[in-house]
Amino acid sequence: MKISKIILSFISAVAILLSTSVVSFAKVVGDKIVLGAAISLTGKYSSNGVHTQNGYNMAVDRINSMGGVKVGGKTYKFEIIYYDDESNPKRAAQLAERLISQDGVEFMLGPYSSGLTKAIAPVTEKYGVPMVEANGASRSLFTKGYKYLFAVLAPANLYLDVAIDLAVEKNNGKGVTVAMAFEQDAFSQDVRLGVLDAIKRTGSKKVIDDKLPKELNDMAATLVKVKQMKPDVLVVSGHTKGALTAIRQISEMKVDVPMLAMTHCDAAKLSKQHGKNSQYALCASQWHKTLTYKDDFFKDGMTYDADFTKEFGYAPPYQAAESSAALLVFKDAFERANSFDQKKVRDALAATNMQTFYGNIKFAEGGQNVDKPMVLFQVMCDDGGKCENKVVAPTKWASAKLIHPIPSWSER
Amino acid sequence: MDFMVFQYPMISVQACLDGILLGILFALIAYGMALQWGVMNIINIAQGDLVILGGYIAYFMYLYGIHPAWGVIVSPIIMFFVGIAIYKLVINKVVDRDLFISILATFGISILFMQLMNFAFGADVVLANSDYGTTMLFNSNVVLPNSKIFSAFISILFAICLVIYMKKSKLGRAIRATAQNARAAKILGVDTEKVYAATFGINAALCGVAGALISITFTIHPYMGLPYTIRSFMIVIVAGLGNLPGVAMSGMGLGVFEEFADYILGTEFRIGSVFLLLVLILVYRRFKLSRKREYLK
Repeated sequence: MKISKIILSFISAVAILLSTSVVSFAKVVGDKIVLGAAISLTGKYSSNGVHTQNGYNMAVDRINSMGGVKVGGKTYKFEIIYYDDESNPKRAAQLAERLISQDGVEFMLGPYSSGLTKAIAPVTEKYGVPMVEANGASRSLFTKGYKYLFAVLAPANLYLDVAIDLAVEKNNGKGVTVAMAFEQDAFSQDVRLGVLDAIKRTGSKKVIDDKLPKELNDMAATLVKVKQMKPDVLVVSGHTKGALTAIRQISEMKVDVPMLAMTHCDAAKLSKQHGKNSQYALCASQWHKTLTYKDDFFKDGMTYDADFTKEFGYAPPYQAAESSAALLVFKDAFERANSFDQKKVRDALAATNMQTFYGNIKFAEGGQNVDKPMVLFQVMCDDGGKCENKVVAPTKWASAKLIHPIPSWSER
Repeated sequence: MDFMVFQYPMISVQACLDGILLGILFALIAYGMALQWGVMNIINIAQGDLVILGGYIAYFMYLYGIHPAWGVIVSPIIMFFVGIAIYKLVINKVVDRDLFISILATFGISILFMQLMNFAFGADVVLANSDYGTTMLFNSNVVLPNSKIFSAFISILFAICLVIYMKKSKLGRAIRATAQNARAAKILGVDTEKVYAATFGINAALCGVAGALISITFTIHPYMGLPYTIRSFMIVIVAGLGNLPGVAMSGMGLGVFEEFADYILGTEFRIGSVFLLLVLILVYRRFKLSRKREYLK
């Protein structure tokens, strides 16, 4: 009696375990393709983590409602298992392990930020799990020889070198003087390397090269130096706090500089938080709604912008757009591989060559997208104080003319 | 290393003025810390987080179209009650225990506050615009944002009010009596429990003022509290407890030191230099104390 009871409970426990792990979590169940993602829903990256998740969800709904993914003559739908990585790299790596070894996920979507992607990539690589990521731009991700990592976005070193080229072009092809202020994290330092390359290539000269701390909220010292040295270009990259601090102090200290180029203006909601003070700032962006790329699911940038705003109640930052694009890439690769074999899907991903509403996507050896240039937009305000971001470079996509040099504060 | 600050005298002037204005604001936060340290013997690690919370109050007023400068009045009122709530919930249970327990407790409060603020207000860096403009000095070679001048002015105003209150009012006298000797004060009829709660509330209110000023001058973020705790801790260590002129002087000294460190070593070492200075001062104090002890023997 007792032994039979023990055996019975043992069997039922095993059955429950098996049923949960097989039925709900294996990679392809019935007509579902299950993807895994660790996302920062809490912690310091939570706002951008939510943008990423909204982008993923938007694409899943759209692809599923438009016929799903066709593999081997059968139609499948996407489903995503999310975990909250608390903006913590260690936790992200643990969750990737858990998604793969416990939940049986065989295909992954990336987290938010370069740092967290860096933590997860070794895990997905170890298990041979293809990961398409949309929010890790650090150059170091693409030099490690990862075979299963694919990024739909342009690498960080391409963020601001366009700005230097633009300044040189405006200076009749002659080199310019550049002041730089970069935070000391993987991403910003990669942006810095890109700027240094551009300085070298164009025969320009760097006059200030400041590093900003993680707890940045005062960069007056750098700006005083800028006032003294009068460079042609000031480049700042320090995530949202860098962008916000720079605009606040530049306007308060009346620092005149012909060109100001930054990253993270979107995420910082620069024009909303600073209004007219942010006018004329140039911002690097992965995507802008006015770009004319097209696909069958979201049509184009303007439609995506409208649909996203309708569903989530705010205009999509580029972090959301690139996350949606990651799903389109996965769908395309599954259909071309015509299989769920991880190796075959990986090879199909490597051979991706497509256009999405977000841009062209074609992966280099290292996994970075080499077919999508960065765009620069400039904050432009009308007399009523309403500000808009308008694409000014590269010329092919420009929807407005660059205002250069920036009028001095005394004339504004 | 960059010695540009010495090559151009105007940059030195700029650094000094920036440092002094900043230091006055630090001194206000430090004064709150010194007050409750002196009265309750508690080192409040959550000091910086109270500052940030105060900043968010001003920021939300700004979001709803009220000028953030009003935060200087609203924020301390709300923060006073937040402070009393924290006292009733946590601090009154650790107030008579040793310093280590209270440090642990306030450390816990600090983590809790960070996470709650992150949860409630999001992880975005935010600021409130005062549109106060700029003051140009010395042929526009030195620029001072009026928001910084406003911050320093308000800090001084609050400090003066507090000093007068401590000297003249009944509660102020009770607070000072408790700081001198809690037991004696109790015997003489001072309700020390009430004094403790009020002290913690006053400290939180000062943090609220400082937070509102920081949202106008700099930026706020749920995780940005710790540097303010460290700075105020350091100012108090240098100045000692219950010594307002000392706190003001060492606050301004720290501000100027930070600015010069920023110019000479680079912005990345700004907070680092504060930590280094803290270690040096602690070592020096220990050295001085041990010498005194030997002399007494």
